[in-house]
Amino acid sequence: MAGPPTRRELLTGWGRTAPSAADVLHAVHPDDVPQAFAAEASDPANQRGLIARGLGRSYGDAAQNAGGLVVDATWLDAVHQIDLTHGLITVGAGVSLETLMERFVPLGWFVPVTPGTRMVTVGGAIAADIHGKNHHRDGSFCSHVTRMTLVTPTGTREVSPGSDPDLFWATAGGMGLTGVITDATLQMIPVETSYLLVDTERAADLDDVMAKMVSGDDGYRYSVAWIDCQSSGSRLGRSVLTRGDHARLDQLPDRLRRDPDRARAFHPRTLVTVPVTPPGGLLNPLTVGAFNEFWFRKAPKHQMAKPHHMTGFFHPLDGVGSWNRLYGPRGFLQYQFVVADEEGETVRRVIERLSALKLASFLAVLKRFGPGDPGPLSFPMAGWTLALDLPVGYHRLDGLLDELDQLVLAAGGRVYLAKDSRVSPEGFAAMYPRLGEWLAVRRRVDPDGRLRSDLGRRLGLCQDVRPEPAPAPKKKRAPAKRAARPKAKPSTERITP
Amino acid sequence: MIDAIGRPQSVLVLGGSSEIAQAIVAKLVPARCRTVILAGRDSPRLLAAAESAAAAGADTIETVDFEATDVEHHAAVIGNIFEQFGDIDLVVVAAGVLGDQDVDEHDPAAAAGVLTTNFAGLASAMLAVADRLRHQGYGRLVVLSSVAGLRARKANFIYGASKAGLDAFSQGLADSLHGSGVSVMIVRPGFVVGRMTSGMAPAPLPTTPEAVAEAVVRGIESGASVVYVPPLLRWAFAVMRTLPSGIWRRLPG
Repeated sequence: MAGPPTRRELLTGWGRTAPSAADVLHAVHPDDVPQAFAAEASDPANQRGLIARGLGRSYGDAAQNAGGLVVDATWLDAVHQIDLTHGLITVGAGVSLETLMERFVPLGWFVPVTPGTRMVTVGGAIAADIHGKNHHRDGSFCSHVTRMTLVTPTGTREVSPGSDPDLFWATAGGMGLTGVITDATLQMIPVETSYLLVDTERAADLDDVMAKMVSGDDGYRYSVAWIDCQSSGSRLGRSVLTRGDHARLDQLPDRLRRDPDRARAFHPRTLVTVPVTPPGGLLNPLTVGAFNEFWFRKAPKHQMAKPHHMTGFFHPLDGVGSWNRLYGPRGFLQYQFVVADEEGETVRRVIERLSALKLASFLAVLKRFGPGDPGPLSFPMAGWTLALDLPVGYHRLDGLLDELDQLVLAAGGRVYLAKDSRVSPEGFAAMYPRLGEWLAVRRRVDPDGRLRSDLGRRLGLCQDVRPEPAPAPKKKRAPAKRAARPKAKPSTERITP
Repeated sequence: MIDAIGRPQSVLVLGGSSEIAQAIVAKLVPARCRTVILAGRDSPRLLAAAESAAAAGADTIETVDFEATDVEHHAAVIGNIFEQFGDIDLVVVAAGVLGDQDVDEHDPAAAAGVLTTNFAGLASAMLAVADRLRHQGYGRLVVLSSVAGLRARKANFIYGASKAGLDAFSQGLADSLHGSGVSVMIVRPGFVVGRMTSGMAPAPLPTTPEAVAEAVVRGIESGASVVYVPPLLRWAFAVMRTLPSGIWRRLPG
């Protein structure tokens, strides 16, 4: 391929499933991105599109582009502008949330939203419109983005919620299929220290934890429950609920209060790294059951206002490098869905299904969302969200998850694309009824369908997208329908089902 | 695309009228495989296979003229399929003939025909497929080999040799494709009761096209590189390959 140098690499998401090879280009300057588009277009033999990739923490195939070009944006990591008075910062899209925390927590500013890992880029955070334990209070990531630079096949655009709301919100949760983000401006939140005051309590069963969350979450900025999916019967859904708020300096113990630098310090460390991929089956119902038992018993029955450092509270798994290897050579997937507040029964039915099958799910996580933002493909909406890690390789996992899709769909819910690696095109289209709006925006900025990913292909979002002769404005197209196939050659016969 | 659980959305079958391939397609279509392309000799059987794929509910079903021995045209035929239908997730190599050992032993041209169809022809087609899959950066090749290729028996050594060639070729191709995103799964069934073997007395541990299809789908799901059907044959042949030749040649059948 002409243009910037590329290297063929085999890529997967964090779940280490469905590998595909692509030509990877490290963008070292924002100008490399339009050049990459030009190079892709100029090579008629290899027009398989382009997608941006950050730190590869999407579980599925979102940041893969089989046979095509993948723009690694992690070197677009400059900090462009800082306004410490108002907490407005402009950074390259490849800057990780970890870098933001390391630099800005000691200066009194924290990221507005953080997921369960710090190892995500700002670009990826926008593309997945990530959420954190504070969604019920603060909404998702893109609600705190004031502007961004988006490189599309039809030009580089400065996009803000005011200047081009359709494109801004189509990019929020658009999984990179509306363009490559090269920089963004974030509204950070003020903090006095790098500690949180955390309340921890055990809940006997699912009803108990849901009742506690409904009645008490409003009193906390951050809230999450860990659920033991292997307990059954009267203990079905026993949980550990942890909730907290940023600690002010005067709320910390004496030793920290006397040393404000230490109280604001943020030096994350990887305690241990999984060095190799162990054989499959290490995480089985027995070992996971033992872990779940331990985790439940280790949690205090009820503990109030205990200071926890940010790293332990928000990102406990970041302490273990490459923990995704633990699931063995076949990898794993995460099933995360959301259903409305009044559909809490769906959460119970999902946990019942898992409990009945004794599937090994580590750390099922339950949380309540506040209202969603305007993104047509943005995942969060007011209600309950449950996330389950499941090892691949168990026979009938496919059937089980298809069944869960049906439960979620029947409750008007949806699955999270940043975690998904297996939902069907039809299921996806039914879960995201505003897909037509999103496709219309995508056609506007990428009429030839040059932005492509494995996820996009799998879900029928970018198959053979051709400029339509005269698309009626706002016309809703049957989303999962495949583009028309070329007529059969004379030597072939077509049989219509 | 292939999803995390290994399910393909499109399949190309070389040897589309094969009973085993038909059984595989019947299992893949309900599990999201929307496009089915059956390449084979134009025949009522091929059309019947297409109709059964349609009945299973596939959206796009096409038949394409493909002749395993017509190696001159393989690159063009395979190339056209990928041009016309775009990415292919799974390619099942199922073409093959059994031949008639007793006749073919004394008809060298007929024997060479079996070898060409089952080995040289498929090798050529697989190379054409491998090129396209490598280019698209992902994909899975499923090759129907046979335990008959593990050690040739006097009763069917022409067929056995052709499968031995195909099997060895597929192992080498799998290694050559390592890291390209494309993987190969070799399927080694025993005696498959069906059209191809009608009128023959079944060998020990016989199996059926449905059982082979089930094993293929499970193998795809678990990421296997070699699958025996029934699984017990793996161990049976581990022993049989080491039998002294004096005993081996006296085995019945």
